[in-house]
Amino acid sequence: MASLIVVDYGAGNRVSVVNAFRALGIEAKPSADPGEIRNADRVVFPGVGAAASAMERLSQTGIAGALRAVVESGKPLLGICLGCQIILDESEEDGGTKTLGLISGRAVRFKEEKGIKIPHMGWNQVSYPKMHPIFKNIKSGSDFYFVHSYYPQVSSEFVFGETVYGTQKFPSLIGKDNLIAAQFHLEKSGDAGLEVLKNFSRWDGKC
Amino acid sequence: MLTKRLIICLDVRDRKVTKGVRFEGNIDVGDPVEMGAGYSNDGVDELVFYDIMASAENRPCDFEMVKDIARNVFVPFSVGGGIRNLEDMNQVLLAGAEKVSINSLAVLSPEIINQGALAFGSQCMVLGMDVKFVGVSERIPSGYEVVIHGGRKAMGKDAVAWALEACDRGIGEICLNSIDTDGMKHGYELAVTEKVSQAVNVPVIASGGAGTPKHIAELFEKTSADAALVASMVHFGDYSVQSIKDSMRTAGIPVRGKPIIL
Repeated sequence: MASLIVVDYGAGNRVSVVNAFRALGIEAKPSADPGEIRNADRVVFPGVGAAASAMERLSQTGIAGALRAVVESGKPLLGICLGCQIILDESEEDGGTKTLGLISGRAVRFKEEKGIKIPHMGWNQVSYPKMHPIFKNIKSGSDFYFVHSYYPQVSSEFVFGETVYGTQKFPSLIGKDNLIAAQFHLEKSGDAGLEVLKNFSRWDGKC
Repeated sequence: MLTKRLIICLDVRDRKVTKGVRFEGNIDVGDPVEMGAGYSNDGVDELVFYDIMASAENRPCDFEMVKDIARNVFVPFSVGGGIRNLEDMNQVLLAGAEKVSINSLAVLSPEIINQGALAFGSQCMVLGMDVKFVGVSERIPSGYEVVIHGGRKAMGKDAVAWALEACDRGIGEICLNSIDTDGMKHGYELAVTEKVSQAVNVPVIASGGAGTPKHIAELFEKTSADAALVASMVHFGDYSVQSIKDSMRTAGIPVRGKPIIL
Protein backbone atom coordinates (compact mmCIF):
# COMPACT_ATOMS: atom_id res chain seq x y z
CA MET A 1 0.00 0.00 0.00
CA ALA A 2 1.19 3.48 -0.83
CA SER A 3 2.60 5.21 2.22
CA LEU A 4 1.70 8.68 3.41
CA ILE A 5 4.04 10.13 6.02
CA VAL A 6 3.29 13.13 8.22
CA VAL A 7 6.62 14.63 9.25
CA ASP A 8 6.98 14.64 13.04
CA TYR A 9 9.44 17.24 14.28
CA GLY A 10 7.48 18.32 17.33
CA ALA A 11 5.01 20.57 15.51
CA GLY A 12 1.74 20.71 17.44
CA ASN A 13 -0.64 20.15 14.55
CA ARG A 14 0.80 16.81 13.39
CA VAL A 15 -1.79 14.98 15.55
CA SER A 16 -4.65 16.85 13.90
CA VAL A 17 -3.25 16.18 10.43
CA VAL A 18 -3.01 12.44 11.12
CA ASN A 19 -6.54 12.48 12.63
CA ALA A 20 -7.94 14.21 9.55
CA PHE A 21 -6.49 11.62 7.15
CA ARG A 22 -7.70 8.76 9.35
CA ALA A 23 -11.21 10.22 9.41
CA LEU A 24 -11.09 10.01 5.61
CA GLY A 25 -10.07 6.36 5.82
CA ILE A 26 -6.54 7.17 4.63
CA GLU A 27 -3.68 5.69 6.63
CA ALA A 28 -1.19 8.39 7.59
CA LYS A 29 1.87 7.70 9.69
CA PRO A 30 3.75 10.27 11.74
CA SER A 31 7.48 9.83 11.38
CA ALA A 32 10.66 11.56 12.51
CA ASP A 33 12.90 9.15 10.62
CA PRO A 34 14.64 10.79 7.62
CA GLY A 35 14.95 7.42 5.87
CA GLU A 36 11.26 6.70 6.19
CA ILE A 37 10.36 10.21 5.00
CA ARG A 38 12.68 9.83 1.99
CA ASN A 39 11.09 6.52 1.03
CA ALA A 40 7.46 7.56 1.49
CA ASP A 41 5.17 7.76 -1.52
CA ARG A 42 3.86 11.14 -0.38
CA VAL A 43 4.69 13.44 2.49
CA VAL A 44 2.87 16.08 4.54
CA PHE A 45 5.02 18.70 6.26
CA PRO A 46 2.94 20.40 8.99
CA GLY A 47 4.03 23.12 11.36
CA VAL A 48 3.05 25.53 14.09
CA GLY A 49 5.40 27.86 15.93
CA ALA A 50 8.51 29.85 15.18
CA ALA A 51 10.74 29.44 12.12
CA ALA A 52 14.16 29.48 13.79
CA SER A 53 13.56 26.71 16.34
CA ALA A 54 11.77 24.57 13.74
CA MET A 55 14.62 25.03 11.23
CA GLU A 56 17.21 24.12 13.85
CA ARG A 57 15.33 20.95 14.64
CA LEU A 58 14.92 19.99 10.98
CA SER A 59 18.65 20.41 10.35
CA GLN A 60 19.75 18.54 13.47
CA THR A 61 17.49 15.56 12.79
CA GLY A 62 18.37 15.21 9.12
CA ILE A 63 14.72 15.80 8.15
CA ALA A 64 15.75 18.89 6.13
CA GLY A 65 17.79 16.70 3.79
CA ALA A 66 15.00 14.14 3.53
CA LEU A 67 12.51 16.85 2.48
CA ARG A 68 14.92 18.03 -0.24
CA ALA A 69 15.20 14.46 -1.49
CA VAL A 70 11.38 14.11 -1.62
CA VAL A 71 11.07 17.29 -3.68
CA GLU A 72 13.79 16.15 -6.09
CA SER A 73 12.22 12.72 -6.47
CA GLY A 74 8.99 14.21 -7.86
CA LYS A 75 6.81 12.66 -5.15
CA PRO A 76 3.96 14.83 -3.82
CA LEU A 77 4.83 17.02 -0.83
CA LEU A 78 2.25 19.15 1.01
CA GLY A 79 3.33 21.91 3.44
CA ILE A 80 0.88 23.33 5.97
CA CYS A 81 1.15 26.65 7.85
CA LEU A 82 4.74 26.95 9.12
CA GLY A 83 5.48 24.16 6.65
CA CYS A 84 4.45 26.63 3.93
CA GLN A 85 7.02 29.19 5.17
CA ILE A 86 9.99 26.93 5.90
CA ILE A 87 10.10 25.75 2.27
CA LEU A 88 11.04 29.30 1.22
CA ASP A 89 14.61 30.73 1.13
CA GLU A 90 14.29 32.75 4.32
CA SER A 91 11.95 34.12 6.95
CA GLU A 92 11.84 37.58 8.52
CA GLU A 93 10.93 35.92 11.80
CA ASP A 94 13.40 35.83 14.71
CA GLY A 95 15.55 38.55 13.14
CA GLY A 96 15.96 36.66 9.87
CA THR A 97 16.21 32.89 9.50
CA LYS A 98 17.60 30.99 6.53
CA THR A 99 15.14 28.25 5.57
CA LEU A 100 15.01 25.29 3.15
CA GLY A 101 14.92 27.11 -0.19
CA LEU A 102 12.64 24.64 -1.98
CA ILE A 103 10.66 27.52 -3.54
CA SER A 104 12.26 30.92 -3.99
CA GLY A 105 10.67 33.54 -1.75
CA ARG A 106 10.60 34.75 1.82
CA ALA A 107 8.19 34.72 4.76
CA VAL A 108 7.27 38.31 5.63
CA ARG A 109 5.21 39.76 8.46
CA PHE A 110 1.85 41.48 7.90
CA LYS A 111 2.17 45.26 8.01
CA GLU A 112 0.43 46.90 10.95
CA GLU A 113 -2.79 48.47 9.77
CA LYS A 114 -5.77 50.07 11.48
CA GLY A 115 -8.59 47.61 12.00
CA ILE A 116 -6.56 44.40 11.72
CA LYS A 117 -5.06 42.29 14.43
CA ILE A 118 -1.89 40.24 14.14
CA PRO A 119 -1.90 37.22 14.11
CA HIS A 120 -4.46 36.82 11.35
CA MET A 121 -6.71 34.31 13.12
CA GLY A 122 -9.97 32.87 11.86
CA TRP A 123 -11.76 31.91 8.64
CA ASN A 124 -10.94 33.73 5.43
CA GLN A 125 -11.45 33.16 1.72
CA VAL A 126 -8.94 31.62 -0.67
CA SER A 127 -9.31 32.61 -4.34
CA TYR A 128 -7.44 30.90 -7.13
CA PRO A 129 -5.54 32.85 -9.80
CA LYS A 130 -5.00 29.40 -11.33
CA MET A 131 -6.42 26.04 -10.36
CA HIS A 132 -4.26 23.49 -8.57
CA PRO A 133 -5.23 19.80 -8.99
CA ILE A 134 -5.74 19.24 -5.24
CA PHE A 135 -8.31 22.10 -5.14
CA LYS A 136 -10.07 21.01 -8.31
CA ASN A 137 -13.54 20.41 -6.84
CA ILE A 138 -13.61 23.24 -4.31
CA LYS A 139 -15.06 26.52 -5.40
CA SER A 140 -12.69 29.50 -5.50
CA GLY A 141 -13.54 31.84 -2.61
CA SER A 142 -14.25 29.07 -0.08
CA ASP A 143 -13.30 29.76 3.55
CA PHE A 144 -10.34 28.15 5.31
CA TYR A 145 -8.93 28.49 8.83
CA PHE A 146 -5.83 30.66 9.34
CA VAL A 147 -3.55 31.38 12.31
CA HIS A 148 -0.34 33.21 11.38
CA SER A 149 1.62 36.47 11.54
CA TYR A 150 3.89 35.85 8.52
CA TYR A 151 2.98 34.87 4.97
CA PRO A 152 4.89 33.51 1.96
CA GLN A 153 5.99 36.22 -0.47
CA VAL A 154 6.74 34.55 -3.80
CA SER A 155 6.62 35.48 -7.47
CA SER A 156 3.23 35.14 -9.15
CA GLU A 157 4.19 31.99 -11.10
CA PHE A 158 4.13 30.06 -7.78
CA VAL A 159 0.79 31.45 -6.52
CA PHE A 160 -2.22 29.10 -6.61
CA GLY A 161 -4.33 30.83 -3.96
CA GLU A 162 -4.68 34.35 -2.59
CA THR A 163 -6.31 35.83 0.50
CA VAL A 164 -7.03 39.40 1.58
CA TYR A 165 -6.49 40.60 5.16
CA GLY A 166 -7.34 44.24 5.77
CA THR A 167 -5.95 45.87 2.63
CA GLN A 168 -3.16 43.30 2.21
CA LYS A 169 -3.52 40.63 -0.45
CA PHE A 170 -1.13 37.75 0.14
CA PRO A 171 -0.32 34.34 -1.37
CA SER A 172 -1.99 31.70 0.79
CA LEU A 173 -1.42 28.67 -1.45
CA ILE A 174 1.89 28.27 -3.24
CA GLY A 175 3.38 25.51 -5.30
CA LYS A 176 5.98 24.38 -7.77
CA ASP A 177 5.81 21.07 -9.61
CA ASN A 178 5.28 18.31 -6.99
CA LEU A 179 5.41 20.71 -4.05
CA ILE A 180 2.24 22.45 -2.82
CA ALA A 181 1.84 24.40 0.42
CA ALA A 182 -1.05 26.08 2.21
CA GLN A 183 -0.67 28.86 4.75
CA PHE A 184 -4.06 27.84 6.21
CA HIS A 185 -4.84 24.76 8.27
CA LEU A 186 -6.37 22.15 5.98
CA GLU A 187 -6.75 19.79 8.96
CA LYS A 188 -8.99 22.33 10.74
CA SER A 189 -10.94 23.78 7.84
CA GLY A 190 -13.97 21.52 8.06
CA ASP A 191 -15.28 19.77 4.93
CA ALA A 192 -13.33 21.94 2.51
CA GLY A 193 -10.02 21.11 4.19
CA LEU A 194 -10.79 17.39 4.34
CA GLU A 195 -11.66 17.42 0.64
CA VAL A 196 -8.26 18.93 -0.20
CA LEU A 197 -6.46 16.34 1.94
CA LYS A 198 -8.37 13.60 0.13
CA ASN A 199 -7.36 15.07 -3.23
CA PHE A 200 -3.74 15.26 -2.08
CA SER A 201 -3.78 11.57 -1.17
CA ARG A 202 -4.58 10.80 -4.84
CA TRP A 203 -2.48 13.46 -6.53
CA ASP A 204 0.29 12.29 -8.88
CA GLY A 205 2.49 15.32 -8.16
CA LYS A 206 1.96 16.91 -11.58
CA CYS A 207 0.36 20.30 -12.22
CA MET B 1 -12.09 39.23 4.27
CA LEU B 2 -11.74 37.74 7.72
CA THR B 3 -15.16 36.53 8.88
CA LYS B 4 -16.73 36.97 12.31
CA ARG B 5 -16.67 33.67 14.16
CA LEU B 6 -19.55 31.79 15.77
CA ILE B 7 -18.24 29.66 18.64
CA ILE B 8 -20.22 27.07 20.58
CA CYS B 9 -19.31 26.41 24.19
CA LEU B 10 -19.83 22.96 25.71
CA ASP B 11 -19.62 22.66 29.49
CA VAL B 12 -18.68 19.09 30.36
CA ARG B 13 -19.29 17.23 33.62
CA ASP B 14 -18.76 13.48 34.01
CA ARG B 15 -18.20 13.31 30.26
CA LYS B 16 -21.64 14.75 29.54
CA VAL B 17 -22.40 18.18 28.14
CA THR B 18 -24.35 19.97 30.81
CA LYS B 19 -26.12 23.27 30.96
CA GLY B 20 -27.13 25.32 33.93
CA VAL B 21 -30.80 26.22 33.82
CA ARG B 22 -31.98 28.99 36.12
CA PHE B 23 -33.58 27.64 39.29
CA GLU B 24 -33.30 24.05 38.04
CA GLY B 25 -29.60 23.30 38.42
CA ASN B 26 -27.68 21.52 35.69
CA ILE B 27 -29.19 19.18 33.14
CA ASP B 28 -27.31 16.87 30.79
CA VAL B 29 -27.81 17.59 27.12
CA GLY B 30 -25.59 15.01 25.38
CA ASP B 31 -22.23 13.44 24.64
CA PRO B 32 -19.42 15.97 24.10
CA VAL B 33 -17.75 14.13 21.22
CA GLU B 34 -21.01 13.52 19.33
CA MET B 35 -22.24 17.04 19.91
CA GLY B 36 -18.89 18.56 18.93
CA ALA B 37 -18.79 16.54 15.70
CA GLY B 38 -22.41 17.45 14.99
CA TYR B 39 -21.82 21.18 15.39
CA SER B 40 -18.65 20.89 13.33
CA ASN B 41 -20.66 19.27 10.50
CA ASP B 42 -23.33 21.96 10.83
CA GLY B 43 -20.69 24.57 10.04
CA VAL B 44 -19.77 26.08 13.41
CA ASP B 45 -16.49 27.99 13.20
CA GLU B 46 -14.95 26.88 16.47
CA LEU B 47 -15.74 25.00 19.67
CA VAL B 48 -14.81 25.43 23.32
CA PHE B 49 -14.95 22.57 25.82
CA TYR B 50 -14.88 23.36 29.55
CA ASP B 51 -14.30 20.59 32.04
CA ILE B 52 -16.35 22.37 34.70
CA MET B 53 -15.64 20.02 37.63
CA ALA B 54 -11.88 19.51 37.13
CA SER B 55 -10.81 22.40 39.39
CA ALA B 56 -13.28 21.56 42.15
CA GLU B 57 -12.18 17.92 42.03
CA ASN B 58 -8.53 19.01 41.93
CA ARG B 59 -7.67 16.93 38.87
CA PRO B 60 -6.46 17.78 35.37
CA CYS B 61 -8.97 18.03 32.58
CA ASP B 62 -10.01 14.81 30.85
CA PHE B 63 -7.22 14.34 28.27
CA GLU B 64 -8.78 11.14 26.86
CA MET B 65 -11.92 13.10 26.06
CA VAL B 66 -9.81 15.74 24.30
CA LYS B 67 -8.22 13.01 22.17
CA ASP B 68 -11.66 11.65 21.24
CA ILE B 69 -12.85 15.11 20.29
CA ALA B 70 -9.76 15.65 18.12
CA ARG B 71 -10.44 12.42 16.22
CA ASN B 72 -13.92 13.63 15.30
CA VAL B 73 -13.85 17.43 15.09
CA PHE B 74 -12.14 19.15 12.15
CA VAL B 75 -12.59 22.77 13.11
CA PRO B 76 -10.44 24.50 15.75
CA PHE B 77 -11.31 23.91 19.38
CA SER B 78 -10.03 25.05 22.74
CA VAL B 79 -10.12 23.36 26.11
CA GLY B 80 -10.45 24.93 29.53
CA GLY B 81 -11.09 23.87 33.10
CA GLY B 82 -8.50 21.90 35.01
CA ILE B 83 -5.50 23.54 33.36
CA ARG B 84 -3.15 23.78 36.34
CA ASN B 85 0.32 24.20 34.82
CA LEU B 86 2.44 24.01 31.66
CA GLU B 87 2.36 20.22 31.60
CA ASP B 88 -1.46 20.23 31.53
CA MET B 89 -1.32 22.70 28.62
CA ASN B 90 1.16 20.49 26.81
CA GLN B 91 -1.09 17.44 27.26
CA VAL B 92 -4.16 19.28 25.95
CA LEU B 93 -2.29 20.54 22.87
CA LEU B 94 -0.70 17.15 22.19
CA ALA B 95 -4.15 15.57 22.45
CA GLY B 96 -5.16 17.70 19.46
CA ALA B 97 -6.69 20.94 20.81
CA GLU B 98 -5.62 24.18 19.11
CA LYS B 99 -5.82 26.32 22.22
CA VAL B 100 -5.98 26.18 25.99
CA SER B 101 -8.17 28.50 27.97
CA ILE B 102 -7.12 29.68 31.40
CA ASN B 103 -9.10 31.85 33.78
CA SER B 104 -8.57 31.85 37.55
CA LEU B 105 -5.11 30.29 37.15
CA ALA B 106 -4.05 33.36 35.13
CA VAL B 107 -5.57 35.78 37.64
CA LEU B 108 -3.86 34.09 40.58
CA SER B 109 -0.52 33.40 38.83
CA PRO B 110 -0.23 35.76 35.83
CA GLU B 111 3.30 34.52 35.08
CA ILE B 112 1.73 31.35 33.62
CA ILE B 113 0.67 33.42 30.58
CA ASN B 114 4.30 34.35 29.81
CA GLN B 115 5.42 30.77 30.31
CA GLY B 116 2.66 29.29 28.15
CA ALA B 117 3.17 31.83 25.36
CA LEU B 118 6.90 31.14 25.34
CA ALA B 119 6.48 27.36 25.35
CA PHE B 120 3.56 26.98 22.91
CA GLY B 121 3.07 30.35 21.19
CA SER B 122 0.54 33.08 21.91
CA GLN B 123 -1.89 31.67 19.36
CA CYS B 124 -2.50 28.73 21.73
CA MET B 125 -3.27 30.87 24.76
CA VAL B 126 -6.81 32.07 25.48
CA LEU B 127 -7.63 34.13 28.54
CA GLY B 128 -11.08 33.47 29.95
CA MET B 129 -12.20 36.56 31.84
CA ASP B 130 -15.32 36.84 33.99
CA VAL B 131 -16.30 40.43 34.68
CA LYS B 132 -19.00 42.18 36.69
CA PHE B 133 -20.26 45.75 36.59
CA VAL B 134 -19.39 47.53 39.86
CA GLY B 135 -19.52 51.19 38.80
CA VAL B 136 -16.68 53.49 37.83
CA SER B 137 -14.19 54.21 40.60
CA GLU B 138 -10.54 55.16 40.90
CA ARG B 139 -9.68 51.51 41.48
CA ILE B 140 -11.95 50.23 38.67
CA PRO B 141 -11.83 52.94 35.97
CA SER B 142 -13.72 50.90 33.35
CA GLY B 143 -16.51 50.16 35.83
CA TYR B 144 -16.06 46.40 35.30
CA GLU B 145 -14.20 44.25 37.81
CA VAL B 146 -12.55 40.87 37.25
CA VAL B 147 -14.16 38.06 39.26
CA ILE B 148 -13.37 34.36 39.65
CA HIS B 149 -15.14 31.24 40.93
CA GLY B 150 -18.26 31.92 38.88
CA GLY B 151 -18.46 35.50 40.13
CA ARG B 152 -18.25 34.68 43.83
CA LYS B 153 -14.83 36.20 44.33
CA ALA B 154 -13.96 39.76 43.26
CA MET B 155 -10.27 40.28 42.50
CA GLY B 156 -9.96 44.07 42.71
CA LYS B 157 -8.65 44.17 39.13
CA ASP B 158 -10.08 46.41 36.45
CA ALA B 159 -11.28 44.46 33.37
CA VAL B 160 -9.50 46.63 30.80
CA ALA B 161 -6.30 46.85 32.83
CA TRP B 162 -6.24 43.07 33.26
CA ALA B 163 -6.87 42.49 29.54
CA LEU B 164 -3.96 44.80 28.67
CA GLU B 165 -1.67 43.13 31.20
CA ALA B 166 -2.54 39.69 29.81
CA CYS B 167 -1.72 40.92 26.28
CA ASP B 168 1.64 42.26 27.45
CA ARG B 169 2.32 38.87 28.95
CA GLY B 170 1.58 37.17 25.63
CA ILE B 171 -2.05 36.04 25.65
CA GLY B 172 -3.33 35.41 22.10
CA GLU B 173 -7.07 35.83 22.53
CA ILE B 174 -9.58 36.93 25.18
CA CYS B 175 -12.91 35.29 25.90
CA LEU B 176 -14.83 37.93 27.83
CA ASN B 177 -17.77 36.70 29.86
CA SER B 178 -20.16 39.03 31.60
CA ILE B 179 -21.47 37.56 34.84
CA ASP B 180 -24.33 40.08 34.81
CA THR B 181 -25.76 38.94 31.48
CA ASP B 182 -24.70 35.26 31.53
CA GLY B 183 -27.73 32.98 31.35
CA MET B 184 -30.18 35.88 31.07
CA LYS B 185 -30.73 35.52 27.29
CA HIS B 186 -31.20 39.27 26.93
CA GLY B 187 -28.12 39.87 24.79
CA TYR B 188 -24.43 40.40 25.37
CA GLU B 189 -22.98 43.08 27.65
CA LEU B 190 -22.01 45.35 24.77
CA ALA B 191 -20.35 48.14 26.77
CA VAL B 192 -17.59 46.05 28.34
CA THR B 193 -17.11 44.07 25.12
CA GLU B 194 -16.42 47.29 23.23
CA LYS B 195 -14.16 48.69 25.96
CA VAL B 196 -11.97 45.60 25.98
CA SER B 197 -12.04 45.12 22.16
CA GLN B 198 -10.90 48.71 21.63
CA ALA B 199 -8.15 48.45 24.22
CA VAL B 200 -6.40 45.27 23.06
CA ASN B 201 -4.79 44.10 19.83
CA VAL B 202 -5.83 40.44 20.12
CA PRO B 203 -9.18 38.91 19.11
CA VAL B 204 -12.02 39.22 21.62
CA ILE B 205 -14.77 36.63 21.97
CA ALA B 206 -17.96 37.95 23.57
CA SER B 207 -19.69 35.58 25.98
CA GLY B 208 -22.74 35.62 28.20
CA GLY B 209 -26.28 36.55 27.33
CA ALA B 210 -27.02 35.36 23.79
CA GLY B 211 -30.62 34.21 23.55
CA THR B 212 -31.55 34.80 19.91
CA PRO B 213 -29.71 35.26 16.60
CA LYS B 214 -30.62 38.96 16.82
CA HIS B 215 -28.32 39.31 19.83
CA ILE B 216 -25.39 38.01 17.80
CA ALA B 217 -26.05 40.35 14.90
CA GLU B 218 -26.37 43.20 17.40
CA LEU B 219 -23.02 42.30 18.99
CA PHE B 220 -21.20 42.63 15.66
CA GLU B 221 -23.08 45.74 14.60
CA LYS B 222 -22.37 47.62 17.82
CA THR B 223 -18.94 46.39 18.90
CA SER B 224 -15.66 45.35 17.27
CA ALA B 225 -15.73 41.88 18.87
CA ASP B 226 -14.23 39.16 16.66
CA ALA B 227 -16.35 36.23 17.76
CA ALA B 228 -19.60 35.37 19.53
CA LEU B 229 -19.88 32.52 21.99
CA VAL B 230 -23.21 30.73 22.38
CA ALA B 231 -24.37 27.69 24.34
CA SER B 232 -27.94 27.12 25.47
CA MET B 233 -29.57 28.68 22.41
CA VAL B 234 -28.18 25.84 20.30
CA HIS B 235 -27.96 23.01 22.88
CA PHE B 236 -31.72 22.87 23.37
CA GLY B 237 -32.42 22.97 19.65
CA ASP B 238 -33.97 26.44 19.66
CA TYR B 239 -31.62 27.62 16.92
CA SER B 240 -29.26 25.94 14.47
CA VAL B 241 -25.78 27.07 13.46
CA GLN B 242 -27.04 27.93 10.00
CA SER B 243 -30.06 29.90 11.24
CA ILE B 244 -27.72 32.05 13.36
CA LYS B 245 -25.36 32.51 10.41
CA ASP B 246 -28.27 33.42 8.12
CA SER B 247 -29.28 36.16 10.49
CA MET B 248 -25.66 37.43 10.66
CA ARG B 249 -25.51 37.43 6.86
CA THR B 250 -28.79 39.34 6.60
CA ALA B 251 -27.29 41.97 8.91
CA GLY B 252 -24.35 42.33 6.50
CA ILE B 253 -21.80 40.66 8.77
CA PRO B 254 -19.05 38.66 7.02
CA VAL B 255 -19.67 34.99 7.78
CA ARG B 256 -17.94 31.78 6.77
CA GLY B 257 -20.13 30.05 4.20
CA LYS B 258 -20.79 26.37 3.82
CA PRO B 259 -17.97 25.05 1.62
CA ILE B 260 -18.99 24.45 -1.94
CA ILE B 261 -17.58 21.15 -3.07
CA LEU B 262 -18.30 20.70 -6.74
